[in-house]
Amino acid sequence: MTRLPATSQRPPALVVQDLSVRYRQQLALHQVSGHFAQGSLTAVIGANGAGKSTLLKCLAGLVMPERHSRITRAPGLRMAYLPQHSELDRHFPLEVRDCVLMGLWERTGAWGSATSGLLAQVEAALATVGLQGLERRVVGSLSSGQLQRALFARLLVLDADIILLDEPFNAVDRHTTATLLGCVQQWHRQGRTVIAVLHDDAQVLAHFPHTLVLAGECVAWGPTAAALAHAHEARAA
Amino acid sequence: MSGATWVWGAVASPFLEFAFMRRALVATLALSLSAAPLGVFLTLRRMSLLGDALSHAILPGVAIGFMVSGLSLTAMALGGAIAGLVVAGLAGAVSRFTVLQEDASLAALYLVALALGVTLIARHGTQLDVLHILFGSALGVDNSGLLLVAGVATVSVLALALMYRGLVLETFDPVFMSAHRRSLPPWVWQQGFLVLVVFNLVAGFQTLGTLMAVGLMMLPAVSARLWHATLPAQLLNASVQAALAGVAGLLLSYHLDTPSGPTIIACAGGLYAASLLLAPGGGLARWRSGTRPVP
Repeated sequence: MTRLPATSQRPPALVVQDLSVRYRQQLALHQVSGHFAQGSLTAVIGANGAGKSTLLKCLAGLVMPERHSRITRAPGLRMAYLPQHSELDRHFPLEVRDCVLMGLWERTGAWGSATSGLLAQVEAALATVGLQGLERRVVGSLSSGQLQRALFARLLVLDADIILLDEPFNAVDRHTTATLLGCVQQWHRQGRTVIAVLHDDAQVLAHFPHTLVLAGECVAWGPTAAALAHAHEARAA
Repeated sequence: MSGATWVWGAVASPFLEFAFMRRALVATLALSLSAAPLGVFLTLRRMSLLGDALSHAILPGVAIGFMVSGLSLTAMALGGAIAGLVVAGLAGAVSRFTVLQEDASLAALYLVALALGVTLIARHGTQLDVLHILFGSALGVDNSGLLLVAGVATVSVLALALMYRGLVLETFDPVFMSAHRRSLPPWVWQQGFLVLVVFNLVAGFQTLGTLMAVGLMMLPAVSARLWHATLPAQLLNASVQAALAGVAGLLLSYHLDTPSGPTIIACAGGLYAASLLLAPGGGLARWRSGTRPVP
């Protein structure tokens, strides 16, 4: 699939203005402002409780921000969101293929049928993440890494313009991380906007052109090297 | 008398000879087809207690229907359905809009409902009426009762087929569904599903009684999950087990002269015990192989 390369004429994929979020009276995010350009690949880093997951949930529309906050999505762009995988029912009696088929939900809905073209996308996605041959396995019998591969296959099928990933490489081995990172880079090359919560500074430096550093508020946001340097200075001061 | 004739006499002749046995059989089979799959979804959603709570919650409604027009099926079914829907709506709202533990408030709710229902019926009827409503009488199903059970079963099997994809997705990964919206908001699936549960419990109270209706829903569902790794197989297995328990229970209650509802549930309990021992996910298989069960 080919997409337009990111150009400065296109409006930002997501604009965040004065984003503040409260969780049970506690301020989780405080007045974050900035934008994610279309086709940008951004890492979100910060200590535990810095508001990284909250930011992604807000962008995905799962958490309501404070009233004055504004999130603007460029019109016509579709969004996909992958939460930390503790949030789904791993013991559900579902086959891997059916799990990946759920990526078609936005297009087929509850009653639409999956055309052969769509089914071919599902097969291709399974092959891309290296799960061919495991289609008929039950999700509960997969390892953490295999499950994460299946969820990435579902993201591939979703075919979204903006992709939000919450700690996608947690609890998966190095080999799986390499495969999934390959997916992320493929999305980036296709001009999709990817925002990922990560922990590993070296990984961020090597693969993610932009970085947003959070600590309850925005510490630094920009090209990765500069943002990381700024964050270190802020920590030292 | 040869073995075959004896079996024929014990198994087939009660149904051939007596219309009330045939009506009971049809009602139980219809209920097995619709209620048991709903039970599988209830256990998957970790809402086993909600089924229990709803079965108690319909009791005050049934009681008010009884007070208004005696042992009239229409009035009692209507009252039960309204009470059940109110509680299902409340439970949904409580879990959506507050931080209250759902199971705790449900436990409180159903104890109050049970007490209220029994008090109302006992105050305005006889001890026998209380027993009839609590434990049902499959052998007393008349034509209107049969129509109610068959109607509910038809509607709920069709509705479950229509809701299947949405319900599976909403149960497996609710976050995915809320993040990737289609036209219908995700809570529609949960509430639609709870409406089906209420309707089935109301249909079940006539044949099995309010206390027992939830048994035919939950027991086959729990043991079906021990046999198969995929959902369609589990749904089918639950219906088959419920039907088996229904037939066996009716025959046993006929021959041993025991109350039909509790006998049917006892048979479902027997199948559950057998599944615990023999199924691939059960104790014996795990003990032999020393491996993890089929989830």
